[in-house]
Amino acid sequence: MKSLMKFSLNLLKENPVFGLYLGICSTLAITTNLNNAFGMGVSVIIILTISNIIISAIRKVTPDEIRIPVYIVVIATLVKSVELLIRAYAPAIDAALGVFIPLIVVNCIILGRAEAFASKNGIVASALDGLNMGLAYTVSLAAMSLIRELLATGFISLSNPFNDQIIFNIHIIPSDYIIPLFKEPIGAFLTFAFLAAGVGYIRAKEEAKLAEVK
Amino acid sequence: MSNLFALFITAMVINNVVLTKFLGMCPLLGVSRKASSAIGMGTAVIFVIFGSSVFTYLLYYQILVPLKLEYMDLITFILVIAAFVQFVEMVLKKYSMGLYKALGIYLPLITTNCVVLYVTLVNIIEKFNFIEMCVYSIAVPAGFMLILYIFSTIRERLDTADVPVYFKGNPIALIVAALMAAIFTAFAGLV
Repeated sequence: MKSLMKFSLNLLKENPVFGLYLGICSTLAITTNLNNAFGMGVSVIIILTISNIIISAIRKVTPDEIRIPVYIVVIATLVKSVELLIRAYAPAIDAALGVFIPLIVVNCIILGRAEAFASKNGIVASALDGLNMGLAYTVSLAAMSLIRELLATGFISLSNPFNDQIIFNIHIIPSDYIIPLFKEPIGAFLTFAFLAAGVGYIRAKEEAKLAEVK
Repeated sequence: MSNLFALFITAMVINNVVLTKFLGMCPLLGVSRKASSAIGMGTAVIFVIFGSSVFTYLLYYQILVPLKLEYMDLITFILVIAAFVQFVEMVLKKYSMGLYKALGIYLPLITTNCVVLYVTLVNIIEKFNFIEMCVYSIAVPAGFMLILYIFSTIRERLDTADVPVYFKGNPIALIVAALMAAIFTAFAGLV
């Protein structure tokens, strides 16, 4: 339980999206419903973990001057493989995310973790770091899309990406009270601004608590 | 001709990459604090996007398609962009110190600017011909520069405004972006 608390605290404090503003392009763009958020999140978890493992494994033979191009080639290869796999096995996700799947290449989280963590640490630690950061990213995406989908459509639904079967579909807000604006870009910006401010508030409170203990 | 003009206006204001596709948010939040740096960044982006679009377009249709290597697009494009940015930096440094000093610090940032990769990929996905590709590759970064400039002038005022403490910095900037996105939807009926 304690480690779970610590994990959720880390999720807020070192959140790559709302804390460090990394990878926000895709966060704003694809969070119109939960399916997209999980599709994107899982792709990023897979790519980030594998790229961290590979970059950590080759960190001793990579010349320092050309490390960024090397990282980019590793990441681009993985992204292209995942893109082709998604197109083959989950066409619904491919149609919904479109050009944002190849754009994972320039998602700052992946290059950022390669440069800041995987290039300096061992393989196991890097794999765990990739998993951790990917999960934090997915949780952020899920939070954004939960709010936006609920406010814009009144429904919360999730379907199986491989065969399009609906897993659950709950009607919460009556259709007279929905705000379709939240499906639009303006809703994305507003939701993100309020979530980022909320995360900032929680972080400030935690830091004040820590200062008191000291 | 009118088709090309419509494409230009659509790509620049109606489907503005920043406000409708959310691309290039990092430089928008990072560099848009001063109007002068917004112009510097915008010029550098126009130059890099146009150059790398022409490069990748020719590369795709002259080399990758004849060799049936279309699936290599992402890897070659990102390498072309990274190399092109580096190349521009070196040329500027050697031949135009003034321009290098003005644009230099923005150039390395452009490699990870998603607008560049987005434009090169859309050129292929939309099956543009060469002229359309050129128009599109100037219109999109021009729209990016427009937003960056407007945004920076607003932000200069925001620095002195009385903002709730947890909204200071990026959150209030995103609320400004939300209002701008709402205003730009008014252009939707233009073309």
